[in-house]
Amino acid sequence: MRDYLLSRHLLLLTVIFGLFLVCPLMAQTEDAEPMDTAAAEAEPLPEPPPPAKLTSVEDSPNDHGHSVDLSWELSPIDDGSGNVVMGYEIWRAEAADGRGEFKMRRRLPYGVTFFSDRGDKPGGPDPMPNGKEYWYKIRTIGPQGVYSESAVVGPVVPEGEWFHTGKTPVAVAVVVFFFFTVYFIFVARSGKELYVRPLSGISAVDEAIGRATEMGKPIMYVLGLGTASDIATICSFTILSRVSKKVAMHQSSLMVPCYDPIVMTVAQEVVKNAYTEAGRPDSYEEDSVFFVTQSQFAYVAAVNGMMLRERPASNFYLGMFHAESLLLAETGSLAGSIQISGTDQVAQLPFFIVACDYTLIGEELYAASAYLSGEPTLLGSLKAEDWGKGIFIALVIVGVVAATTGWQQFIDWLTVRL
Amino acid sequence: MNTKMISWGIFVLVVLVFAYSVFQTGLFVTVGAFLTLFIMSFLYKDNAYYKFAEHLFVGVSAAYWMVMGFWGTLVPNLVAKLYPPIVGGALPALAEKEPNYWFLIPLALGVLLLMRLSPVGGWISRWALAFIVGTTAGLNLVRYLRSDFIQQVNNTMLPLYVEGSNGMDTFISSFSNIFIFIGVLCGLVYFFFSKEHKGFFGVTARIGILVLMLTFGAGFGYTVMARISLLAGRMAYLLDDWLGLIN
Repeated sequence: MRDYLLSRHLLLLTVIFGLFLVCPLMAQTEDAEPMDTAAAEAEPLPEPPPPAKLTSVEDSPNDHGHSVDLSWELSPIDDGSGNVVMGYEIWRAEAADGRGEFKMRRRLPYGVTFFSDRGDKPGGPDPMPNGKEYWYKIRTIGPQGVYSESAVVGPVVPEGEWFHTGKTPVAVAVVVFFFFTVYFIFVARSGKELYVRPLSGISAVDEAIGRATEMGKPIMYVLGLGTASDIATICSFTILSRVSKKVAMHQSSLMVPCYDPIVMTVAQEVVKNAYTEAGRPDSYEEDSVFFVTQSQFAYVAAVNGMMLRERPASNFYLGMFHAESLLLAETGSLAGSIQISGTDQVAQLPFFIVACDYTLIGEELYAASAYLSGEPTLLGSLKAEDWGKGIFIALVIVGVVAATTGWQQFIDWLTVRL
Repeated sequence: MNTKMISWGIFVLVVLVFAYSVFQTGLFVTVGAFLTLFIMSFLYKDNAYYKFAEHLFVGVSAAYWMVMGFWGTLVPNLVAKLYPPIVGGALPALAEKEPNYWFLIPLALGVLLLMRLSPVGGWISRWALAFIVGTTAGLNLVRYLRSDFIQQVNNTMLPLYVEGSNGMDTFISSFSNIFIFIGVLCGLVYFFFSKEHKGFFGVTARIGILVLMLTFGAGFGYTVMARISLLAGRMAYLLDDWLGLIN
């Protein structure tokens, strides 16, 4: 019995082994057979999909030119799956009759119905000069690369526009603000007194300078990390002028470490002029306004070191500040200085509020510069700003009513389209 | 032991640890770790190690930005525009372009700015300064009016009643919009400078500063959280890259 079973197992194993040998051979034999190329060629390609229809080819609006917008209707069989229509190709020709050589501009995925063909100015890598005629067609790509073409559409001529209609609200705001500013500057120059409410930070300026004089220690004035053209830095220059004048009159000393070389140049001018106005040009030291570095934290490290070594009696942080605000203000607090800060950087205001004695919040910095200088130009601008805020409030109230009642047109008027 | 001896002792210890660390983890990681520790020593008080790190940091960064300014601004934006072939070795892509002589204007302004160094013609630099400050302030005006005025008005135009999926949802959405509306108006009233904050106007301004303080409180917490993550990054450098204590 056992021999019988053994022989059956052997037979089974032989059959299985035989199958393993034969199958690859058979497969090899089949592979080895020459391909029936004729049969393969005979297999028909799928039908090209119905073409997409170019519905609009026109110059892009509100731009500097070098751009054409194309819209089309999808191929009727484009179901958005990517299986029946693989995508669309945009082709462009520059020949005068539209029958010249077409070049592919972009391949787009299925389901897309808009393309902005943008080129460069002459001389750029992909020139598309304005004032030249262009013709377009669109290819609808099906499976296995079959395609169908739309009719050629054109000519279209790209042109630049002088006025961006989407930015009309900005233009209106500029005109209105300009009118108010000029009007109130004239009013201020005519001698009429323009009221500015008192700010606690402003009255503390004189106190801080007096303290430094009494203690015989320097005043540190930090202009922040802004450039000379930032509004906060410009305001800070005005306050620096007032502080320098007082410092010159009290024969105290001033340190102005600068982050930006141009800011340093302007600050030197401001301080020099203030010393001259105070009648003490000989006391002005050019080295009191100096450049440190343009690396944010290296600047902080240097200013912090100065604070602990020189122990200034008063620190002013007025201008544009970023992550360094708390590092500076906290060190100044440790050094025992009276500190006055002001910035229009909303994210840094909390740090100044907790670490400084007085803080000018946002626009208070602008108001302080106007108040301290007494310049009709600045006072007029401040008054114009207040009128701007009044208009803002009125627009917001009407806008909220419009949004609640569904008056969409009003909201559209005030929407800037870039 | 006097202070001088303690200082020398610390110095010798630092040098020994530095040498051992270089041997163990390599020069660059050790230098980074020690400079981090030197800067952090400021938390105790101003000291020689902090001064060393500070001066090194300031010097290196000033030199770095000088080089960046030259190769990132002056060469591609001025030299390459006026005489492109000259930058062929360093910036071949720019060398093939046509010269653009409009860039002689910023060159002239730059020269005017440098006149500041002249004891006689220093006043000429004010012209360039006036141009820089005036032009960019003018350009910024349009940007500010768009983003801080028009866009803000647009974002505040919210419906006071918002229909939600249920009563609570409706209440929360409507309350949120009403709060934003009142908060923005009161905040704006606080920033009126040409009118005294008295009576109804004063009350509104006080509500405004309250809203501002709430905003600042939230901003403070959010920013501190971000700063803590920076500290965590630095600690990870010390404990992982340098000491290898974190797996």
